[in-house]
Amino acid sequence: MSGTHQEPNYMAVFYSLAVLTAVEVGVAYFKALPLLVMGLLLVVLALVKAFLVGMYFMHLKFEKRTLGIIALTPLILCTLLIIALLPDLTGTKRKSDTTAAVAEAQHEAAPAAEGH
Amino acid sequence: MSHATTMHAVEPAESPLTPESWGKLGMWIFLAGDAMTFGSLLAGYGALRAGSLDWPDPTKVLGINLTALMTFLLICSSVTMVKGLSAIRHGDQKGMRNFLLLTALGGAIFLGLQAYEWTHLMTGEHKVLFTTFGGQKSLFGATFYAITGFHGAHVTGGVIYLLVVAMRGMRGKYSAENYNGVEIAGLYWHFVDLVWILVFTFIYLIPNPA
Repeated sequence: MSGTHQEPNYMAVFYSLAVLTAVEVGVAYFKALPLLVMGLLLVVLALVKAFLVGMYFMHLKFEKRTLGIIALTPLILCTLLIIALLPDLTGTKRKSDTTAAVAEAQHEAAPAAEGH
Repeated sequence: MSHATTMHAVEPAESPLTPESWGKLGMWIFLAGDAMTFGSLLAGYGALRAGSLDWPDPTKVLGINLTALMTFLLICSSVTMVKGLSAIRHGDQKGMRNFLLLTALGGAIFLGLQAYEWTHLMTGEHKVLFTTFGGQKSLFGATFYAITGFHGAHVTGGVIYLLVVAMRGMRGKYSAENYNGVEIAGLYWHFVDLVWILVFTFIYLIPNPA
């Protein structure tokens, strides 16, 4: 049973993860970046880190490829879920401050009532 | 009981994807399901946040320095976990036990920091509570505590799991020929780390569109 796995250079993975985390925090503080660029950068950095953990710490690199497909299933399903949620975001945005929203709605309704 | 009889008597057939053990395949399938739960929570969070006009700026409300430290701590505990597995692969039971206990300690410190963070958020200037935040903004607190709390529950379970594995290790259950139990526990622990990497990005770092 032993010796079936090669052992990756765990410390190199650790240093990469630590540096990537530092870069993430740096990017988050770098307010001069356009927000879209910042958001995309942060997501890519997080996915790279997740990939490193999965491939080397969880040994996916040394497993059968089908196991990797099992591991990727949630990512595929979640992408579909996000696509399914997109129509919900195209409508009018909602304010989470319900009291203000109710007051606003009443305010909008009031002039109509005065007209009669 | 000889080693050969246990191997062939207990396992009726070889697991197709993970020839070393069925347990590993089982853990992977569980983790795929668990990842779906986290994925749904995060997707729901994203939909609620993207649909809000007045979502609070997470970098201002939550603060990311402490959380970056927590992220680093989990990465360190992942390293001690692989070091523990590496130790038992070389037959070093004592080294494995020490590294497993260190990993559990890392998880426990993480939980302590999370408790500190939550207390701070609930009693601090912004008063982020489960369903209220600065008066009426309810979704921010609800999603924040649901997701970080669900992750914290996983860390709690992981710490208990690691302590059980460490105790079994102390009773000599694992060796250079039989370390599957340690590897499977490691899979769970690294998964918890992996999820936190994503939670850290989506909950704490991603800025609000202007």
